[in-house]
Amino acid sequence: MHNFMESIAIPTAALVFSLLIFSGFVAFSGNNVLEVLAAIYQGAFGSWFSWQNTLVRAAPLMLTALCTALPARSGLIIIGGEGAMVVGGLCATLTGISLNGLPPFFVISSMACSGVLSGGAWIAAVGALKHYRNVNETISSLLLNYIAIAILNFLILGLLRDPATLNKPSSFPIGDANMLGTIGTTSIHAGLIFGLVVCGLLWFVIRRTTFGFSIDMIGGNIRAAQISGLAVGKLIIITCFLGGAAAGLAGMIEIAAVHGRANTSLNAGYGYAGILVAFIARYNPLAIIPVAILLGGIRASSGLLQRSFDLPDATTLVLQGIIFIVILASGAVYGRLNWFKPKGDSP
Amino acid sequence: MNDTGLGFSGVLIAVLGGAVRVGTPFLFVSLGECLTEKSGRINLGLEGNLIMGAMSGYAVAYLSGSPWLGVLVAGTSGMLLGFLHALLCQQQRVNDIAVGIAMMMFGTGLAFYLGKSFIQPVAPRLPAIALGGWSDSAVVRAALDINVLFIIGTLLAVAMAWFFRHAKWGLLLRTVGESRNAALAMGINVHRVRLYATMAGGFLAGVGGSFLSLYYPGSWNEGLSSGQGLMAVALVIFARWNPLYCLYTSLLFGGAAALGPALQSVGVSGGYYLFNAAPYILTLGIMMMTASSQQRCAGMPGELSNV
Repeated sequence: MHNFMESIAIPTAALVFSLLIFSGFVAFSGNNVLEVLAAIYQGAFGSWFSWQNTLVRAAPLMLTALCTALPARSGLIIIGGEGAMVVGGLCATLTGISLNGLPPFFVISSMACSGVLSGGAWIAAVGALKHYRNVNETISSLLLNYIAIAILNFLILGLLRDPATLNKPSSFPIGDANMLGTIGTTSIHAGLIFGLVVCGLLWFVIRRTTFGFSIDMIGGNIRAAQISGLAVGKLIIITCFLGGAAAGLAGMIEIAAVHGRANTSLNAGYGYAGILVAFIARYNPLAIIPVAILLGGIRASSGLLQRSFDLPDATTLVLQGIIFIVILASGAVYGRLNWFKPKGDSP
Repeated sequence: MNDTGLGFSGVLIAVLGGAVRVGTPFLFVSLGECLTEKSGRINLGLEGNLIMGAMSGYAVAYLSGSPWLGVLVAGTSGMLLGFLHALLCQQQRVNDIAVGIAMMMFGTGLAFYLGKSFIQPVAPRLPAIALGGWSDSAVVRAALDINVLFIIGTLLAVAMAWFFRHAKWGLLLRTVGESRNAALAMGINVHRVRLYATMAGGFLAGVGGSFLSLYYPGSWNEGLSSGQGLMAVALVIFARWNPLYCLYTSLLFGGAAALGPALQSVGVSGGYYLFNAAPYILTLGIMMMTASSQQRCAGMPGELSNV
């Protein structure tokens, strides 16, 4: 119970502290702090319209956060969510274009499968490189992001380019019939359900299965895991696959629910923001859900900040960076505060 | 003789010239990373320093009219980010890899935020020394315009190699990097040595960034850096933590990055965007070859756990 309280209170305090630093930053750049903060709240959670906007952005964040969170449980710091998302989206688009005309349910399922498999394979490669060649997973996954973006540009400006798209080169569309619908009368697309279900499912796998326990054991002490006979390499690669698969699904959702075709909107930074979500949620798939909504809200407010205060769109990037740094620094506080300690447990 | 008439040799010359031009930021960032890692700490956030350096250098050069002042300010901003990185890493239970990622995001965001108003104006460029005056070919002359920063970087690589081997401070730094306990037993303040090493490394990365905005490509925009700061980390592993090898590998990477544009200039444009991936694929290939699951890399500082 104390542990639980601590893991809620410290990130919350860190978030408040980040907002304070951010306020100083805003004041320094000559804006009214209260008005800017109010606008962030307004743009994120102020109305039903902003809520829809926020949730649409939270859906891919939940999935890309899993790409960092799951491997992190086994001790690997992977920042390749952006690349896995691009690859997943691209493969889903390819599938959608080539199957266009078949029954929509079949096309959408195939798109989801190809997104999941390609994204999974993309990050599984990182895990395999780490295990078999001891290649640093952080650097290799980041390099793969750039390679994925190069492939994306190569395809949308060449083979797949729809000549009708002039301003923003894009691939051919997947067809309106194959788009994921929205939930009821809202503008929230079905991707949100995917995100929630996958987060819940993976939380169950982590907390309630032998597989999940093995992953945590590898992350806790890899030598002990090896000695107790776990197939460490295989488990690490599977974990990476699952993480990548989630990010690949995020790419597929962005294509099938938002853009309808592949273009540079695929690498809009969801992968990088997902890293932050995973760190704030301390790699807990269930905690990822509220954190993703919070971060989705911050991203959603970016447009309003630009319009109302003429602040650059990088303002929310600065806020995210500050939050990240403060959250990491707050890691030093865990277990040190007396009021979270059980009574009678002297330090 | 015209520009496109050179054919294959034209590509070769353009790649060689590009190796120096594109390789210079790699050189500075990798030297900075090398210095930091020699003290036993990884700074993955140099990408942020690079972008911040590019922005602040460009802004100051534009406002003051002096590109060299821009370089100095770029280095200083990188140093400040390095200071923040070191401060965070000193805390208990704070992972230096994660701090690096956070610093990368923060530096990038801050640079985009502050640099918004400097996208349009044109700042003075850093001077180059034209070594190609003897040739009447424009390609050769363009390739032999060597920037002063490249020469400084080369001298710095030599100086750093000497510093690590012979200077008292260099030995101190290496002791901290090899064994924290040995350094503590000698009465060295480990935190302080690493703080200085991270700040100096950050300074160099900032200078590397100013080269991007003040010489080549020579303007400030948000797509200026594309992972050079991170590739430098891989580059240092390949260079076996040796400043002189950093120089050679920077040139190799520069050449790889220049391949795409060089081929495009002679009309091979089909795979242009794929050639953009060349330096990343090269880095990945090098890491696969040099890393090994069996043993530690030769020359790796003992305190580095995770590379």
